Amino acid sequence: MADSIRLRVSRYRPDTDSEPRWQEYDVPLRKEWTVLDGLNHVKNEVDTTLSFRWSCRMGICGSCGMNVDGEPKLTCGTFLSDYAPGPVMIEPLANFPVVRDLVVDLSDFMEKLPRVKPWIIREDDHRTVEPDVEYLQTPEELDAYKQFSMCINCMLCYAACPVYGLDPEFIGPAAVALAERYDLDSRDQGNRERLDVLIEHDGVWGCTFVGECTRVCPEHVDPASAIQRYKLKAAMETVKALLLPRGAR
Amino acid sequence: MTRRRVEPLVWLMFSAGGVLAAVFLPILVLLFGLAFPLGWLDPPDHEHLLAVISHPVTLVVLLGLFVLMLVHSAHRFRYTLYDGLQIKAQRTVAVLCYGAAIVGSVATLAVLWSAAQAS
Amino acid sequence: MTDLRLYRPRVSTWWWTRKRTYFVFVMRELSSIFVAWFVVYLLLFVYAVGRGEAAYQRFLDWASSPWVTVLNVVALVFVLLHTVTWFNLTPQAMAVHVMGQKVPAWHIVAGQYTGLVVVSGFVFWLVTR
Repeated sequence: MADSIRLRVSRYRPDTDSEPRWQEYDVPLRKEWTVLDGLNHVKNEVDTTLSFRWSCRMGICGSCGMNVDGEPKLTCGTFLSDYAPGPVMIEPLANFPVVRDLVVDLSDFMEKLPRVKPWIIREDDHRTVEPDVEYLQTPEELDAYKQFSMCINCMLCYAACPVYGLDPEFIGPAAVALAERYDLDSRDQGNRERLDVLIEHDGVWGCTFVGECTRVCPEHVDPASAIQRYKLKAAMETVKALLLPRGAR
Repeated sequence: MTRRRVEPLVWLMFSAGGVLAAVFLPILVLLFGLAFPLGWLDPPDHEHLLAVISHPVTLVVLLGLFVLMLVHSAHRFRYTLYDGLQIKAQRTVAVLCYGAAIVGSVATLAVLWSAAQAS
Repeated sequence: MTDLRLYRPRVSTWWWTRKRTYFVFVMRELSSIFVAWFVVYLLLFVYAVGRGEAAYQRFLDWASSPWVTVLNVVALVFVLLHTVTWFNLTPQAMAVHVMGQKVPAWHIVAGQYTGLVVVSGFVFWLVTR
C-alpha cells in the first residue's frame, strides 16, 4: 500500500469565489483512516481554512455526510483505503446550496420536516389524561416502526435523490420515512393529518421510485419503501372516499 | 379529505398497468412480435384468431389491458420528460401524455369493437 | 442568514449518465415507450384480423420486415427490463402481512414470477391450440 493518498477537495469561499474550485491535499494513507480522518489531518496539519461538519465519528450524529467520488457517504464510515490509489473526490452533499467548502445549507429540510408532524399525535386531550399515564407497547409493535426510527437526518438520501435535485419542492425521502415511522407507531393516531400533507402535489407524487435514497442510507431505513407505501395509502383513501362519499374517512 | 385529488387515482392506474405489462407483455411480444411474423412458430390461422377476438370476454380483457398499459406508459413517460430532459413546461407535458393515452383508449375501444363485429 | 452568499449547484441534463444506477433507472422509465409501441402494434394486429384473412396475411408480411423486427427485438429487451425491475421493486412498494406476519420479500417476488409463468402459459395455449 502506498503511504499517501491525494484528496481532491471542493472549495468554495463565498467572500471571494463565485463557484467552487478544486484543491488537492496529500494525506497519509493508513488502513484505519476514514475520509473524515483525512480531512481532519488537513485541517490540523495543512490548511486550517478548510470547513466541514462533523461530530461523533461513529455514524450516529449524521453531520459528516459528503459526496465521496460522487456518492453520498458518511465520511466517518468511509475508508480511504477503499479509494486507493486515489485521488478521492470530496464534494459537499449534492442538491443542497453550499455555504462554504463542504458545508451545506439544510434550512430547506428544517422547514419541511415539521410539516409531516413527526411526533406522536393523540386524539385524546392531554389535559384530561392522567399525567403519568404510560402507553405500553409490545416488542412486535416496536418492530413495526423500528426500521424507520433509525433515521439520523444525515441527508444522504436527499443528496442521492434526482427528483429532489430537480424539484426542491418535493418533500423528500427522510421526511416521508419519518412520517411513516409515526404512522406505524401503535401509540400514534395522526395518520390522517400526515396523509393530508403527503397527498398534496409536493408530497409523495414527485417520487419516481429511483430507489437511490434506500441504496445510500447508512442506517437501512428504506425511505423509498415508505414513499411507495404512502402512495398506496393515499390511493386507497381516495378510492374509499369515492365509493363512500359521505362522511367516510 | 378536504380536497379530491386526481394523482392517487392516476397512480393506481399506472400501477395496475405496470403489473399487467410486466405479466402479459413478455409473452405477447415474443409470440406476436417475433415468433409468428418470423415463422419461428406457425402463425395461428385466421379463423381461430377471429373466434378468440370476437369473444366478449376477450374484448373486455383486451380493453382493460390496453387502456391500463397506455395510462401506465403515459404516466411514466411524463415523469421521464420532467426528470430525464428537465422539461419545464410541466402542464403541457402532462396534457400531451395523458391526452395521448385517452386518444389511444378511444381508438382501442373502436378497434376492438369493430373487430369483434367482423365474424 | 440573508448575508450568506450560497452557491446553488445546477443539475446537469446528463445527470443520469454519470452513475450506473441512475442510468438503469432512466432505461427502466424509457420502457414506457415500448409498452406504448406494443399496444399500438397489437391494435394494428387486431384490426388486421378483423378486416379478414388477406389483411391478416399482409400484417404478418409487414411485421416480418427488418425494421419492425428490430423494433420488436428492442421492445422485448425493454419489456423484460420492465418486468424484472417491477417485480424486484414490488416488495418495497407494499408490505404484505398474512396472519400478523410480514411476508418475506422473496415470497412476493417468487409469487410474481409464478404469475408470469401461468399467464404466459395461458396466452400461449389460447392462441396456439
